[in-house]
Amino acid sequence: MTEQSNRLAHGGLINRDKRLSFKFNGTGFKGYEGDTLASALLANGKGFVGRSFKYHRPRGIFSAGPEEPNALVQLRSGAHQEPNTRATVAELFDGLWASSQNHIGSLEFDLMSVTDLAAPFLSAGFYYKTFMWPKAFWEKVYEPLIRRSAGLGQLSMKDDPDTYDKGFLHCDLLIIGAGPAGLAAALTAGRSGARVIIADEDFVMGGRLNAETYGINGMEGHLWAQNAVAELAAMDNVRLMSRTTVYGAYDHGVFGALERKTDHLAQSNGKPRQILWRIYSKRSLLTAGATERPIAFPNNDRPGVMLAGAVRSYVNRYAVAPGHKVSVFTNNDDGWRTASDLQKQGVEVVAVIDVRNAPAPVSLNGVETIHGAHIVDTAGRKGLKSIKLSNGKTIATDCLAVAGGWNPNVHLTCHQRGKPEWREDILAFVPGGTLPAGMQVAGAASGTLTLKAGLQDAAQSAETILNDLGMAVKKSESFEAEDEAHSATSFWHVKTTGKRAWVDLQNDVTTKDIKLSYQEGFRSVEHLKRYSTLGMATDQGKTSNIAGLAILAECSGKTIPETGTTIFRPPYTPVPIGALAGRARGKDFRPYRLTPSHKWAEANGATFVETGNWLRAQWFARKGEKGWRDSVDREVQMTRASVGICDVTTLGKIDIQGKDAAEFLNHVYTNAFLKLPVGKTRYGLMLREDGIAYDDGTTARLGENHFVMTTTTANAVLVFRRLEFARQCLWPDLDVHLISTTDGWAQFAVAGPNSRALLQKVVDAPFDLSSEAFPFMACAELTVCGGTPARLFRISFSGELAYQIAVPSKYGNAMMGVLMQAGEEFGAIPYGTEALGVMRIEKGHAAGNELNGQTTAANLGLGGFVSAKKDCIGKTLSQRPEMNPEDDIRLVGFKPVNTQDALLAGSHFITKGERENMANDQGWMSSVAYSPSLGHSIGLGFIKNGQSRMGEIVKVVNPARGVNVEAEIVSPHFYDPEGGLQRG
Amino acid sequence: MIINHPLLGPRDAAEFVYLGDASLIDRPDPNADDAAEAFYEYGYLRDNPAGEHQELWYHEQGDRSWLVVTRNTVTHEITKVEIAREIAKSRGRSR
Repeated sequence: MTEQSNRLAHGGLINRDKRLSFKFNGTGFKGYEGDTLASALLANGKGFVGRSFKYHRPRGIFSAGPEEPNALVQLRSGAHQEPNTRATVAELFDGLWASSQNHIGSLEFDLMSVTDLAAPFLSAGFYYKTFMWPKAFWEKVYEPLIRRSAGLGQLSMKDDPDTYDKGFLHCDLLIIGAGPAGLAAALTAGRSGARVIIADEDFVMGGRLNAETYGINGMEGHLWAQNAVAELAAMDNVRLMSRTTVYGAYDHGVFGALERKTDHLAQSNGKPRQILWRIYSKRSLLTAGATERPIAFPNNDRPGVMLAGAVRSYVNRYAVAPGHKVSVFTNNDDGWRTASDLQKQGVEVVAVIDVRNAPAPVSLNGVETIHGAHIVDTAGRKGLKSIKLSNGKTIATDCLAVAGGWNPNVHLTCHQRGKPEWREDILAFVPGGTLPAGMQVAGAASGTLTLKAGLQDAAQSAETILNDLGMAVKKSESFEAEDEAHSATSFWHVKTTGKRAWVDLQNDVTTKDIKLSYQEGFRSVEHLKRYSTLGMATDQGKTSNIAGLAILAECSGKTIPETGTTIFRPPYTPVPIGALAGRARGKDFRPYRLTPSHKWAEANGATFVETGNWLRAQWFARKGEKGWRDSVDREVQMTRASVGICDVTTLGKIDIQGKDAAEFLNHVYTNAFLKLPVGKTRYGLMLREDGIAYDDGTTARLGENHFVMTTTTANAVLVFRRLEFARQCLWPDLDVHLISTTDGWAQFAVAGPNSRALLQKVVDAPFDLSSEAFPFMACAELTVCGGTPARLFRISFSGELAYQIAVPSKYGNAMMGVLMQAGEEFGAIPYGTEALGVMRIEKGHAAGNELNGQTTAANLGLGGFVSAKKDCIGKTLSQRPEMNPEDDIRLVGFKPVNTQDALLAGSHFITKGERENMANDQGWMSSVAYSPSLGHSIGLGFIKNGQSRMGEIVKVVNPARGVNVEAEIVSPHFYDPEGGLQRG
Repeated sequence: MIINHPLLGPRDAAEFVYLGDASLIDRPDPNADDAAEAFYEYGYLRDNPAGEHQELWYHEQGDRSWLVVTRNTVTHEITKVEIAREIAKSRGRSR
């Protein structure tokens, strides 16, 4: 075959000076800059480009736009491979690599094409009917088989090597679609100074003006468009976005748009491949044009059968003849235009078949025109060879242009549940119901299908919008253009008995399938869709929905508007998951927060763990340690023997100030804070309003009207939010203000018998750390290291003599180093979250495992912290009898009878001698650890009446893990139960 | 969605956290005789209207104001946005 044998000698909006090479199914071809993959394939005589979804029938290029149901290809190779790309919108670039999909073996000899012979068994709903039995076969036999044979393209199964970005744009007016109407509106709005964004999915703006032979203001249409684009490009207040699909209309004038930045280039060269835009608009104008619909007739799916408007696109825009003997089948005047355009370009037209008995709207020389007839069959398996007419005539033709009328592109008007309305005069649905806020529709999208009327409609709409926005209209535009003939008749399909007539090419749904669905009771449009698969998959029925609906209406004897319509959801065309993810991939999906001493920890061998959204040191392994337990045991032992240091910055910190700060705390904490002296810290417990325990922490009174609260790491944000709610909505007259200082202060626990001696070296004189001057639960503001501001709290989570010292975050990493250096003489060690956890279990403190949203203050053994003298959030409902049953669970300690046994968190307790079943469940183990201080496993858990069962031996069972050991109920305070150490 | 913040102007709903029915402002009197019943209703019983709904939104990624937003739950149309603290005071909440 000669190069580009179907390329016309003249015309087209292609750059003949720039020849591009590409490969399709391994064969090299040439095209031009300005081509799509589809136009370049047609230029090279490649009309047969894929296999159909269900029957694996040969299929060709059907359209010239985003509605394409057939020509889906795999674009690029390796990790860059993208399945289901519509060849009709894939811009050609040098080195493009594409392959057809959905066949086993070659495209020409698809082994799966045998399914076409089985077609009588594969009618609508066949999955539901056929694969019901035997039941066990579904997962093992049927589903894998169906999955292999169906489906479209394939994923590479490799990580996507491209990058995607997200962005935000704001405008007065978003114009969706840059065809004649969109450009006319943009000119009016742009010249008047409005901030305009005009977006179009095509790489050349102008819409149908590039595909038709219309003139505007004495200029060829595509040149008028070019001039308009140039004028708009020169305006600072207008942003032109080609290669950008506005795919969704969301609440309050917010739109989603996908801009393809480098899809038309061989390499993205580090630039983002696509950008997902969120566009905030005050008003929007939908000028999305219309999509042509086919007519269903027997064997209408052969390669070479195309939409009439698409044939004009290929001839006029791409200078490609889709066939050498073209015929036209139409039910309207617009179809005739195809014949005259083709003749102008020197392409032979053999016949025009109009289903109407009406005179020809245009006169054609040397073309057989047949009126009042239709097509009853076609021939040519891998490419159309001939058509057979109702008058018995057979016409040899290799390309049939089918004109079934135009459907306004109402998709975005439905995204907020607007329901299109039928217009009998144009035989199409137009926007109806409630449109997305701020949206107007103009031009063909609104049902104004002719050029001059569409231009005027759009300019007028722009003026209305400008007036709405209070902006003056600079200059009203008038247009010289034709209002082309467009009268049409409702002829949706050729009635056929034997042969199949396709309605939905992408899903292989025939007129018979629709009738069958109706017969079997699937009579609403929505049921028809689900049962027959009409209108599903990547094209979402852009060319098939209306015909399907018309045939359904015929079955029921109702009109189309009585039958209804499906409405459209976003996205208008498929949006890659990669674009939706943007940069939020892998670890960036949920970035870490790093503690102030992260660098120090990294340099000192820390193993890190995610806690909430923080990355914290879990333990610090030393040489010779064989596993994490070795490190954790050592950290616990050395802290208890001398001194250990742990970064506890992640605990939430809330600064509370105001004359009523103490009263405010009384409302949110169960226990009293009014009388907490300045310079003292108090443990506080919070409930949810339903009475369940919520969070705990310590709150220090730094001044008469100044408190610093700590929360658990997990609830830092949530507690702050609740406190703001309490402050603003529940007690709005309290003089109290809050600010989160979690990130402001780096805080370290310094724990162990040598902690005081260590800190003595760090705090500035004359601060007195002695127990008399700074006793247990004291707090103070002071300076360290010769003038660095700091806060010191004598609180203990480990049960040792312990402090927490806070310095401004920027000094955090240095402070860790200073503390370790000062501790060198004591053998100070850093410890991580594991040792922290072990020590808190040894000490019997409740943490997240215990404050799990199911337990009350009484369950936790903290009933005494709920003040009887005052109200607080949650108090009333916590007193409900249902939450205080006789045999309520209570947090206690568990010690294995055989100290070699390891306890397991999540185990349940069963009274000795009873059977291990749900009825005998006594409670559950919430936290366990190996206690290096005691030399055996220990656990905390909730068990019925735990407080009065001390010394009882119970069974600790976990059937899922095969654990069944005996343990003794003990006090939860395993280590230093009298608390002498922390007070020392 | 866009929430027209009374102090800051139109802001994307993504900056806010939703809580629920603005009746959560009306925390019952814990000292009343029927406090248990009132708190039960306050805690668990909500209207679920298809239509206009007054609800609490928190501008967490902004100025930390709690707002009372009047939104149509069917169309998402927002007809009024008020500072919750002022609503609370107008409903008699004090300290």
